[in-house]
Amino acid sequence: MTSEISIQGREATAAAIARVVAGESQLFHELIRPVERAVFVLLYTLLRNETDAEDVAQETFIKIYRNLHSFRGEAKFSTWALSIARNEGLAWLRKRASRPEEPLEPVLEDSSGDFTPALLTDWREVPPEALERKELRECLCRAILHLPPIYREVVQLRDIDELDVQETANVLGITAGSVKVRLHRARAMLQKELVPLLKAFAPAAKRKWFGRRA
Amino acid sequence: MKIDCKHVWQHISAYIDGDVDAALRAEIDRHLEHCEICSAVLDSTRNVVVLMADERVFEIPAGYSERLHRRLDAVLAGG
Repeated sequence: MTSEISIQGREATAAAIARVVAGESQLFHELIRPVERAVFVLLYTLLRNETDAEDVAQETFIKIYRNLHSFRGEAKFSTWALSIARNEGLAWLRKRASRPEEPLEPVLEDSSGDFTPALLTDWREVPPEALERKELRECLCRAILHLPPIYREVVQLRDIDELDVQETANVLGITAGSVKVRLHRARAMLQKELVPLLKAFAPAAKRKWFGRRA
Repeated sequence: MKIDCKHVWQHISAYIDGDVDAALRAEIDRHLEHCEICSAVLDSTRNVVVLMADERVFEIPAGYSERLHRRLDAVLAGG
């Protein structure tokens, strides 16, 4: 990993794209390294199967290569790549519709549903170090994969890929307002499902004799 | 304007993203000072959001990158 040239930042990326389009095709390998992981994870949360996600990720990068000349730079390259991955994933799901595991259509209308959080009076923070534990990683994966599709993809783009609201709206073809509403509901659903499970991963409570919580 | 718990929950996600106006933020902050439940809802939701963003949550299959670049080599060679 460390021996490769790292292409980072919008200008470096645009320059690399221009060179690939002009014929330096080998540079494509380096161009996509920063987005390889995000494309796989997006496809994994969409298709919920590792092998399928990897197959479609390969197809996605081939498509990106073949369509690179049409990239206009209005969006970030990473956002454009994730859009293509999502379209490839959705096309794959449609092709596999003979064994539908879940509807692609919104499961809940934007105006319905109960999105009240899990209520509690004290929260002991689960620190990022706890992610070294496989059980915790599995809890989080499972909760994300169990979200209805329209909420899962918003969480994927906003909270996992860390796209901003407008970029997320562009990828999904919905308004910024809808992104916010869906994200809010998705986070509430995740909080509700995860709070009882995450408690087990918080460090043991310590009596604090001095000082107060900030 | 005094806001109740339900009202606070409606804005939790926007609050975490810094996407509430100053007046509403002040109202929520005032509510959080005396409401243990909303404070815990906020803290736990924020905790979930932070954990989800961590790269360790989703593992990439071993050899994914190698297989991808090998496949691309074949495509790139074909022009």
